[in-house]
Amino acid sequence: MAGLATSFGSGAMTNSINEILGAELLFLIGTNTTEAHPVIGYKMKQAKRKGAKLIVVDPRRTELAAEADYWLQIKPGTDIPLLNAIMHVIIKEDLYDKKFIEERTENFEALKQTVEKYTPEYASELCGVPAEDIYAVARLYAKTDKAGIFYTLGITEHVCGTNNVMSIANLAMLTGHIGRESTGVNPLRGQNNVQGACDMGALPNVYPGYQKVTDPAVREKFEKAWGVSLPAEVGLMIPEMFDRANSGEIKAMYILGENPVLTDPNANHIKSGLEKLEFLVVHELFLTETAQYADVVLPAASFAETDGTFTNTERRVQRVRKAIEPIPGRTNWQTIMEMSTRMGYPMHYNSAEEIFNEMASLTPSYQGMSYARIDKNGLQWPCPTPDHPGTKYLHAAAFTRGKGLFQGIDHIPPAELPDEEYPFLLSTGRILFHYNVTTPYSAGINSIWNEEYAEVNPDDASRLGVTTGDKVKVTSRRGEVTTKVQVTDRVPPGVIWMSFHYTESPTNVLTSAAVDPITKTGEYKVCAVKVEKLN
Amino acid sequence: MELVKLTIDGQEVQVPAGTTVLEAAEQLGIHIPRLCHDPDLTAVGACRLCVVEIEGMRNLPASCVTMATDGMVVRTDTPQIIEARKTILELLIANHPLDCLSCEKLGDCKLAEYCYQYGVKKSPFINPEKHSYEVEDNNPFIIRDLNKCILCGRCIRACAEMTCNDIIDFSYRGFKTKVGPFGDTTLAESDCVYCGNCVAVCPTGALTEKQMQGKGRRWEYKRVKTTCPFCGTGCNFDLMVKDGKIAGVTSNPESVVNGKQLCIKGRFGWDFVHSDKRLTSPLVKVDGKFVPVSWDEAFNTIAKRLGEIKEKYGANAFASLSSARCTNEENYLVQKFVRAVMGTNNVDHCART
Ligand code: SF4
Ligand code: SF4
Ligand code: SF4
Ligand code: FES
Repeated sequence: MAGLATSFGSGAMTNSINEILGAELLFLIGTNTTEAHPVIGYKMKQAKRKGAKLIVVDPRRTELAAEADYWLQIKPGTDIPLLNAIMHVIIKEDLYDKKFIEERTENFEALKQTVEKYTPEYASELCGVPAEDIYAVARLYAKTDKAGIFYTLGITEHVCGTNNVMSIANLAMLTGHIGRESTGVNPLRGQNNVQGACDMGALPNVYPGYQKVTDPAVREKFEKAWGVSLPAEVGLMIPEMFDRANSGEIKAMYILGENPVLTDPNANHIKSGLEKLEFLVVHELFLTETAQYADVVLPAASFAETDGTFTNTERRVQRVRKAIEPIPGRTNWQTIMEMSTRMGYPMHYNSAEEIFNEMASLTPSYQGMSYARIDKNGLQWPCPTPDHPGTKYLHAAAFTRGKGLFQGIDHIPPAELPDEEYPFLLSTGRILFHYNVTTPYSAGINSIWNEEYAEVNPDDASRLGVTTGDKVKVTSRRGEVTTKVQVTDRVPPGVIWMSFHYTESPTNVLTSAAVDPITKTGEYKVCAVKVEKLN
Repeated sequence: MELVKLTIDGQEVQVPAGTTVLEAAEQLGIHIPRLCHDPDLTAVGACRLCVVEIEGMRNLPASCVTMATDGMVVRTDTPQIIEARKTILELLIANHPLDCLSCEKLGDCKLAEYCYQYGVKKSPFINPEKHSYEVEDNNPFIIRDLNKCILCGRCIRACAEMTCNDIIDFSYRGFKTKVGPFGDTTLAESDCVYCGNCVAVCPTGALTEKQMQGKGRRWEYKRVKTTCPFCGTGCNFDLMVKDGKIAGVTSNPESVVNGKQLCIKGRFGWDFVHSDKRLTSPLVKVDGKFVPVSWDEAFNTIAKRLGEIKEKYGANAFASLSSARCTNEENYLVQKFVRAVMGTNNVDHCART
């Protein structure tokens, strides 16, 4: 979420989920909401049926794209020219919010200069969206009062992911579409507790509440609270960890509840890194692909076996309640506590609530929360004091960083584009019935949808001589997988779409090693492949 | 907001204009029986169980579709009303199978509840027509027993107004009227997404969760409200727990984000918890093979090896991945462990975006 944090000072969803129902315009870019966040998807459809306009930017004809007033079928990886052209029109036609820009933002001139050359006609050549649609969408967005933008991994999983996000922030600030009910910029966080894991400081540069590890005053606060001296330098992000595991600098890892072998782009690099480790501990529900590499596997307790909290995509901290005894005999927090104690740093917590209270006392945005207060409806951060009602939407009077920061952002093409040898563009995503790594262990869900189907356009299918159900080999510069195909015009010619839920077809051995230079997020969304029919 | 004042069963109540009589009564703690009404769906006034008497009106109006007005005088429990409700219930059970003893829904069935309340034991109609629909169970999630359907239409509205999927509707007429996917097919043959929102609103045993069949009576379950472990929406629901095991998930209407609405993952994906592939004991790799060990041994091995590596290569030779699937408390402890115990900031999780 580096992009939004740079522009606004906070990387979180600005509005609340139920504000969708009050929106007059929903602008979706790179989010297949009905599959990745189904209940949010229902609410978008409910809003649409009540009369809200719907704009969907997606290379693939998703369910919401099919229902949209405007479906902009963009070429993968060309969001920036499109967004710049939309802003070009808004500026040229004098539809921007001068008062808002004047009072609430800075660096507007830089944006103005950058978007100058992105006429809809020019952008149309790059992104494949007809110029007249760009004009129409620009006018509609600028003129609608309550307009919310929504995006997910389709925007961030690119080499230019951070730039994509800052472009979106530019657009919202340009028209003053931020800081109000039903109006803002909303990254939909993927897994149940992505927001919480970030908030809790499971990040190499910040403690809980995004307090910088490099800030001496912050460090001192944590040193005092934890009674130890703490490292001052920023740690490694995942791709760097695996680079250094491969080079032999990282010798040991502890991995809790993640399966990077299946879910990280460039799986082969991950595997070789794990192999080189001298010692690996994996703490998991199942013997996953990643756990296979471990020296010690610790059995984990599931959400049903523990007390605790998750923080959802709208910053709402809600209770997780223990329903059954932990199947491995102890909860995960008890396990981590014991590891720590045996390492010579005793931890004593009698309950998850005690951990929460310690965390809240050190985390300003959670400081006003307690299990008692969040019991019924949760609370949305920031919630700094025990009488604070929580925050429904962000940036109402001022941005978290003070003034919103415009940035001129130019188009960077995807790191790898189709060529003669690898003529198809592979894009990846999620399907409704699965979420990454846990749902394949649900017998019911797995029984109706248990293997990968690569989506192929009918034109390409006839050239390849394949029909739905045929097997193909998909090869990239990094690896190959076999998969069945589904012939559908949901995808445009030249594009292959796959999910990454299945061990048998580990799509991520294909995906690109390129990463966003700021977030190190892998470019899952775009890479070049070739496709061959198998007999 | 304009307020109106009305009298219900002799008690005065003030409500915003646009409130129904049924809702106004609720504010006084008076529960008017209802079958086709659900607060989360549009009101249709189909079952007429919610009839009341209103001064100045000739018939018995349905309170779920009658707006409260200023000065209105309402009675909810006169002998005439009770008689009308009994008749409606008798008509409903006339062609309803009375196999309540083995019905999955008993305990949560509204029809049974109201029959009990109004003392309706059997239908006075002689040899009423009964349906003999085949029970539909050709999908992994939802069982449809249309013999028990009272045609309240809640499922149709849930599919259209919650999921916005329009899979099911009424078809045929009169006694043959039936609820189902277009063309009278099964859910498996339709574009159903198995959100189960129709099941969540069905007042009878017509729609039930397949996973829960035979696992327990509704009153035996302990309901534990919790947050969904799948996506970032953060829906809440009840885990239905019996004998230390989860038997299913049901909607908890008091969920601030999602109300009764859920998707296939939240409602039916929980069974991974009891998968026989779950790890139950720590494992240590010996000669390339995993062997089960005690927790104590596992902790000792970890403490020893991590200690040695830190000693030999320094704190920055260690790194950790925390999890966007785990709780805040677990994530807090992982980063504390990495920073305070191992002495490095090498901590991250797979889904930073
Ligand atoms: S499960 Fe969902 S989609 Fe299927 S019929 Fe019921 S409400 Fe409609
Ligand atoms: S299936 Fe249930 S909800 Fe649907 S009409 Fe019949 S009784 Fe009502
Ligand atoms: S029920 Fe579905 S939409 Fe709701 S949190 Fe769970 S996975 Fe997400
Ligand atoms: S509940 Fe009012 S008519 Fe059915």
